[in-house]
Amino acid sequence: MDKITRNFAIGLILLIILAPLGLLAVGETFGEWGPEEVKEKLGFVPPGLEHLSGLWSAPLPDYAMPGSGDSMTVAAGAYILSAVLGVLICGGLLYFIGKKVAKD
Amino acid sequence: MIPIWYYAGKKLSTELRSKQVPLLALAAAFSFVIMMFNVPIPGGSTGHAVGGAIIGIVLGPWAAIIAISVALVLQALMFGDGGITAIAANCFNMAVVMPFVAYYVYRAISANTEITSSRRVIASAVAGWLSLTTAAAFTGFEFGIQPLLHHTAEGVPLYMPYSLNVTVPAMILEHVLGFGILEALVTALIFAYIQRTDTTILYGEKIAAQKKSKKSATIA
Repeated sequence: MDKITRNFAIGLILLIILAPLGLLAVGETFGEWGPEEVKEKLGFVPPGLEHLSGLWSAPLPDYAMPGSGDSMTVAAGAYILSAVLGVLICGGLLYFIGKKVAKD
Repeated sequence: MIPIWYYAGKKLSTELRSKQVPLLALAAAFSFVIMMFNVPIPGGSTGHAVGGAIIGIVLGPWAAIIAISVALVLQALMFGDGGITAIAANCFNMAVVMPFVAYYVYRAISANTEITSSRRVIASAVAGWLSLTTAAAFTGFEFGIQPLLHHTAEGVPLYMPYSLNVTVPAMILEHVLGFGILEALVTALIFAYIQRTDTTILYGEKIAAQKKSKKSATIA
């Protein structure tokens, strides 16, 4: 492995460990509200949103274990685990695709 | 989005060198993780950088489309982030608009300066800031046309309740003053690191170097 690739990988691991810092930010990104948050803001849920939000249920919604309560430690652990999963799947998939199509 | 992905895939398979494969994998993983870093801004909202600028500069915009799209699709499918009905829009804004804007802004400001010049670090920072802001402006526009396109007969919005005069300024402002600066910092830091270690990984640089050596060979 190249030195630079190795160092980027180390940097990425550090980012994963620091990822729970992203949990400290309260509030939702503009336009990324779920049905409950829109209801809080407007007093009603737009009917189309209500309809579509049931279309798909993600296995790990909001990077958390479903039904694991409010403990910050659990949430941080789940967040790191989500980051690891994301890195492995994204990295693995592209490594596989890359190897298949790369020249020379 | 499907034709863009198809074309990007073709471009990737003609351009990608095997040396870049680990970088491509890291790029997708990096984009996934950096988007998990929610940053609060005054007003109770949060947002994040994308990493799309540095990926566009290092791997080229076509490879960036693939890398960032994979991260975005995984977010939506596994973690319910972004949402599956928004995949195409999200990918267009963050995986297409962003790396292209970043790459060409970087190129334009860099001009013919040496690869190690500090002007290029500034170019990468401006590219990060401007590309995220542009992507945000696109997103704001797409939000804002929702109530016009999709509403009930009584005029109740079906999805996005806010109109263009709210969504566009909101998205642009918070990215101009907030997340865009973060993206600029991330982009410039990584770029400066690459300058000090190995500039041959940068998209287009090796090709340019080969052309140059060919030219000097014909002159000689």
